[in-house]
Amino acid sequence: MREILSLCFMLIGGLFNLFGCIGLVRLPDVYNRLQASTKCVTLGTCCMLLGVLISGPVNISLKAFLTIIFILITGPTAAHALSRASIKSGIKLWEKSVVNKMEEEKK
Amino acid sequence: MITFLFTLLLFCCFLCLYRISRGPSPADRVVGIDILGIIVVNFCAIVSFITKLDFYLNIALSWALLSFIGTIAVSKFLEGKGFDE
Repeated sequence: MREILSLCFMLIGGLFNLFGCIGLVRLPDVYNRLQASTKCVTLGTCCMLLGVLISGPVNISLKAFLTIIFILITGPTAAHALSRASIKSGIKLWEKSVVNKMEEEKK
Repeated sequence: MITFLFTLLLFCCFLCLYRISRGPSPADRVVGIDILGIIVVNFCAIVSFITKLDFYLNIALSWALLSFIGTIAVSKFLEGKGFDE
């Protein structure tokens, strides 16, 4: 029973990883790519490690839990730093983008 | 089932490598490298699930740490600042 449940979680995690990577390839802009890929891949990795946490004995579960906490903290932080760096190094938005709050702040 | 998961993650790795090789700007490449590092964490989790050994999760945790530090360092470099500001 625990085995089946953990395999279901791992399948959901793998599918979320796939969707994030398709977004990384298909979307037109650095910022769109960052949004799609970082959110989907963080959730997918957390689901995958949750499957490992359900299946294993105590030592594996504890380490998987620590890794989940770490990924949940560091993934969005890295994405935020990277998007801030790319907008400060002068990378333009996609030409069909609707709103740009950074430009409005500068005026 | 496990083979299907490995195939899925390998396909994700190839998509990331496509973005790393074809990305127009340096920030695209850094996004691809970051996602590739997190997918390696997934591989370590699956290997730990198969073999029931716990030190693969140590590898996963330290790989996530190194990927995070590398992304932060390259984004500081792109921003044009030094490391101590």
